[in-house]
Amino acid sequence: MNKTQSNRLKDQAFKYYGIFSTVLGLVLLAVFIIDILMDGLQRIDWQFITSLPSRLPEKAGILTAWSGTLWIFALTALFAVPIGVGAGIWLEEYGKKYRWANLLEINISNLAGIPSIIYGILGLEIFVRMLGMGGSLLAGSFTLSLLVLPIIIVSTRESLKAVPNTMKEASLALGATKWQTIWLQLLPASFSGILTGVILALARAIGETAPLIVIGALAYVPFVPTSPMDEFTVLPIQIFNWVSRPQHGFVVNSASAIVILLVIVFFMNAIAVYFRNRAANKVKW
Amino acid sequence: MKLKLNTYFFLLTAMLFMAACGGNTSTDRNEGSMEGDIRIDGSSTVYPVTEAVAEEFRAVQRKVKVTIGVSGTGGGFKKFSRGETDISDASRPIKESEAAACKENNIEYLELAVAYDGLAVVINPGNDWVDQFTLEELKKLWEPAAQGNILRWSQIRDGWPDEEIHLFGPGIASGTYDYFTEAIVGKSGESRGDYTASEDDNVLVQGIAGDKFGLGFFGLAYYEENKDRLRLVPVDNGQAVVSPSLETVKDGSYSPLSRPLFIYVNNTGAARPEVKAFIDFYLDNAGALAAEVGYIPLPQEEYQKQRDKFTTFIQEKQAVQ
Repeated sequence: MNKTQSNRLKDQAFKYYGIFSTVLGLVLLAVFIIDILMDGLQRIDWQFITSLPSRLPEKAGILTAWSGTLWIFALTALFAVPIGVGAGIWLEEYGKKYRWANLLEINISNLAGIPSIIYGILGLEIFVRMLGMGGSLLAGSFTLSLLVLPIIIVSTRESLKAVPNTMKEASLALGATKWQTIWLQLLPASFSGILTGVILALARAIGETAPLIVIGALAYVPFVPTSPMDEFTVLPIQIFNWVSRPQHGFVVNSASAIVILLVIVFFMNAIAVYFRNRAANKVKW
Repeated sequence: MKLKLNTYFFLLTAMLFMAACGGNTSTDRNEGSMEGDIRIDGSSTVYPVTEAVAEEFRAVQRKVKVTIGVSGTGGGFKKFSRGETDISDASRPIKESEAAACKENNIEYLELAVAYDGLAVVINPGNDWVDQFTLEELKKLWEPAAQGNILRWSQIRDGWPDEEIHLFGPGIASGTYDYFTEAIVGKSGESRGDYTASEDDNVLVQGIAGDKFGLGFFGLAYYEENKDRLRLVPVDNGQAVVSPSLETVKDGSYSPLSRPLFIYVNNTGAARPEVKAFIDFYLDNAGALAAEVGYIPLPQEEYQKQRDKFTTFIQEKQAVQ
């Protein structure tokens, strides 16, 4: 075998390895989704979506759980996005000249790797007890905001970094201030990247169970929260609770609740992809 | 950046929509006369009973908001002793340290038994050598000294096969574990550590159902729902060989592996009419509802005793004030 042949062989081998890796991920996802759909679809109907929790699996529903999840999603986005993006911009565009910004950066990356339950304990002490918020939606979404901030900050910085330097220089050369450059050039250009980070972060937030249980999110809530100070439950807690019940009917219920959670996440992603594509079409350099 | 604002609008609309939704649900029929919040937290074992009671209570007193958490018996008592909850679900009696914490915060409480739970010792249906266990055998198998030593069936009783034994049990944070170790090993929270532990009892069911040499313990309800995949082992407690069932748990003959489940109520809570109404309702209906969710009701006269206990507690508290 000469050199060309062996190189071609390697080329082929790598191609098949790539196909294998991609298919493996997709197959696993498909198996998981099909399995859940087979268990869960039979139970999903209007009654399931609009009913309160119950001891009888066929009467139980997820009204309070999904409304809690939407509240948590909205509030977490409201707090985490402006702060995360702001911090990302500062670190990337302003903070570089300070030496301790480096230290800050390493710490933020480390924060992203801390187990989520630790954030729960932090949230319990600070938001629930010291600030007296109790086990409210506000305390829950503050805690989850802390949890996802590192993801948003890091992705904001990466997206800003990806904008060509010439854009920035051109803007500054035309006499724009730093703020004008960021607002009118850098942010629109990096919008789709930032949005991707935000969606990843929020998808993680609405899938979390442990930190919310620690701050005192409940399992049985017979009312839909109407203000951020209300107590709440979320879909993952309801799922966790049902999975561990002895009756088979609850296992089916939890599969159905998982399907609903998946639908919410898919829907969120779809919205994000829509905005991202619109933004990407506008950017031309 | 206009897009960004759009996203915000979307979120705000979503929130308003949810708030609007909330308004609708509370305008239903027969409202009941009481209002207020009742906060409950604690054991996930007791949770199904309390959930059932809260569900039915809502049909009579719609405006009373009952919320239930599942922090576990210990986690529940932590909140209870800080005055953060009115009622605590517990699958074991309160510990001395927890009682001391209550006292420190001037919280007086009352313990009320609401149902029984049997702990089932189960094996795989393919296991054809085990007929029963004695308490000594269970102790030998589960005590801390067994770790790394008692690894084969033949070591428990002569004549059993020389095969590895695979143990399954609830995690150490659960009240079920506390109770089992107390009843079998003699000291709560002490056991061997080399077994497959899970907080989710359905995982234990799966494990034993798929392992001919498996053995484990958990609440009777999990056996009842999986009868075709598991085999229940009777326990010889020195007086008789007893298999757990509705009757043997109720009349106390399945000792020591049957346990009472409790709720704890504090004095400030009991002084509020909606909490008092809830507890009365609980004791009136716990029997029927406990059976529905897979637990074993106390005898009728026992519920009467709990009711009397509660009445006396309230009268004493009122006399003090």
